[in-house]
Amino acid sequence: MADRKIRVLVAKPGLDGHDRGAKVVARALRDAGMEVIYTGLRQTPEMIAESALQEDVDAIGLSVLSGAHMALVPRILELLRSNGQEDVSIFLGGIIPDEDIPKLQAMGVRGIYGPGTLTEQIVKDIRLAVTRAYADSN
Amino acid sequence: MTLSQELLAGSRLALARVITQIENGTEAGRIALDELFPYTGRAHLIGVTGAPGTGKSSLVNQLAIAFRQSEDGEAGRVGIVAVDPSSPFSGGAILGDRVRMRDLAGDSGVFIRSMASRGSVGGLAVATSGVVQALDAAGFEIILIETVGAGQAEVDIARLAHTTLVVEAPGLGDDIQALKAGILEIADILVINKADRPGVESTERALLSMLQLAYPAKQILRDHSSKPGHRWIEAESPPSNPANSSEAELWVTPVVKTIAVEGQGVSELRSTIELHRRFLAMTGEREQRERRRLHAEVDLLLRDTLLKRWMAGISDGQYEQILDLLVRRELSPWRAVQLLIEN
Repeated sequence: MADRKIRVLVAKPGLDGHDRGAKVVARALRDAGMEVIYTGLRQTPEMIAESALQEDVDAIGLSVLSGAHMALVPRILELLRSNGQEDVSIFLGGIIPDEDIPKLQAMGVRGIYGPGTLTEQIVKDIRLAVTRAYADSN
Repeated sequence: MTLSQELLAGSRLALARVITQIENGTEAGRIALDELFPYTGRAHLIGVTGAPGTGKSSLVNQLAIAFRQSEDGEAGRVGIVAVDPSSPFSGGAILGDRVRMRDLAGDSGVFIRSMASRGSVGGLAVATSGVVQALDAAGFEIILIETVGAGQAEVDIARLAHTTLVVEAPGLGDDIQALKAGILEIADILVINKADRPGVESTERALLSMLQLAYPAKQILRDHSSKPGHRWIEAESPPSNPANSSEAELWVTPVVKTIAVEGQGVSELRSTIELHRRFLAMTGEREQRERRRLHAEVDLLLRDTLLKRWMAGISDGQYEQILDLLVRRELSPWRAVQLLIEN
């Protein structure tokens, strides 16, 4: 019985002090039937890329509150590419200034979510991106 | 190159992808398992089970570190399979064991894979055994398998692992709990983690007295060769010299105390695991366990395959009709099965 589950890594790169938002999103993804690999606070880009590889995830949800996203996100994308995981969809949540959003999207971030985002939106976007990536690979 | 060839050549991405195929029960996964099976059977499989919150993940983290630090230079590579429960409602899961394993990040000799139980109730997922085979074939010499936080009856791990650790913590139950059948019986090594917590003495006492009740016949046999009065002291430590033939026949479950978050007691636990590994090899118990394991696995696959083959020959409509009769109490479940099979 082939049963394909969407696997999502939820990670917090950098030095944020709390992971309330990431946990809310993780819980929402779980309730949407996804398998969420939760890695907790203070992850380096290398740790995130390594986890993504070992867990063979379909998508990664990053949460950054510290303002370091313009340094952290490109590094994570670069590591994923060098690991042969360019097909993994990246989503970003947290405090992201408006002027950074187009730059991050140009780098390949699929969705960017600030405070007040409905979790249903995130679930929908991840499901769509993963279904598309899966269709492309077949 | 096929995925399994890439895996055998050492590609971590291929290993990760093979595992996904195995987990999803795809045709590609089955083909990979066929191709990889000849390369399996080399790893020592260590099961880690116990109630939620006893510190299984922290202990697995510390054990992996201990196994990676070898005195004689070449440390074996360590694979970890950590199973967490799937939601019975949404089918989703939060796999959080990696949170306690961050010390292992950056070590290319370690591979951690989180698995959701996907509706399985024995403490492992249906595909866990296959995933372990993939890691075994990829050359991981030690494979630590962490079960779902287990209560009393989740004992599947004993069938899969060579050495089963049951992790307890102070304050979880009294001597009657320790006496009950189930999870404590499957322990090759009992670990009392969080040994700095109050109540550790009474937990240790309860477990030791349970072990004394569990081994009376064997203990009496041993008394012929040991001095009077040593009878119960033996239960506290593994056979001191397994090479000694009179002791080699018997493994007395040792109790090891650890404080996983501080790494205390972990090197002793590692030595005890090595001792059990040698015991299994020397007594021929390893082959027996291997045989039992493969037997159980083929049984399971056979049942699964027969069921699917039979289900394919029956329409949903027929099945629903029979269910209707059952609900109206016009058929008993046994009669329903008879009817379905005779169809």
